[in-house]
Amino acid sequence: MTSDTHEIKHPSYWTIWAILAVLTAAELGVAFLPWPKRVVVLILVGMAVWKALLVALYFMHLRFEKGRMRIFAIAPLPLTVIIVIAVLTEFVW
Amino acid sequence: MAHAAFMESPRDRELGAGVYNEKLGIWVFLGSEVMFFTALIGSYIILRFANPGAFAAPGEVLNIGLTAVNTFLLICSSVTMVKAFAAVHDGDQRQLKLYLVATVLMGAAFVGVQIYEYAHLLHDGFGPGGIREGSHLAERAAAGELSLGTPDPATAGIYGSTFFTMTGFHGFHVTMGVICMTYVTIKAFRGKYSATDHRGVEVIGLYWHFVDLVWIILFTIVYLI
Repeated sequence: MTSDTHEIKHPSYWTIWAILAVLTAAELGVAFLPWPKRVVVLILVGMAVWKALLVALYFMHLRFEKGRMRIFAIAPLPLTVIIVIAVLTEFVW
Repeated sequence: MAHAAFMESPRDRELGAGVYNEKLGIWVFLGSEVMFFTALIGSYIILRFANPGAFAAPGEVLNIGLTAVNTFLLICSSVTMVKAFAAVHDGDQRQLKLYLVATVLMGAAFVGVQIYEYAHLLHDGFGPGGIREGSHLAERAAAGELSLGTPDPATAGIYGSTFFTMTGFHGFHVTMGVICMTYVTIKAFRGKYSATDHRGVEVIGLYWHFVDLVWIILFTIVYLI
């Protein structure tokens, strides 16, 4: 049985690991900055999404997958957007 | 012709979506998991917006330092997992086993730390029902040390129930991952995976990275915000 026919490239996993570790440490610093809560939340959520993308693209190999596989991965995400929009329109910050 | 087709090994059938069946299956499963955790996190966001006073500030109740170490542990287990996949993909059986064992141990350690955290929180008086009356945390709240709003019976349990529901389900997913990873590791030690056929390693790897990805989001929105 042949595994996937496409060639899986191996990015430098340790580099990505280092970025994830640095971002996690940075998050701990940002969480306690004396800035407006909204700003801190936006920065933290942005960093979390960045880390999640690194894991999805490089550890889950979505970066190297065929288009059809990416569709599987992305397909449920509209639900996330719908729920977040529902929240934002429901409550004014 | 039909007889010949029947004799054909199911695994050699033409790839449908361009990937082998197990990989297609895990991605569809992970799609449903995205919806599952989106519902939990979405509900948490809604409840938190609606009742800001029901949630303590970062670090007041939850142990951020311990959880940061746990987050780092899960990130490390994710990299050992992908290194295991790279090793078997390149035909390196020794590194495959080494990295799989490291991943299992770190995954189990993550669950252990989370159990310790839960025990500590429950001892302090923070449970799925909120802050227990007469507990240490209740005294701190009464003394005004926690940035919780005026106690309201209707919303008192929101903080505890959302925390334990989200982190509990994630912990359950990690536990199942450690069990499945142990099975894959045993098969690896029996030489069942090769450079040309290592579907089990790839599939459990995708699941494991997803569990890490969910924790990355949970750690930020539950502990740091």
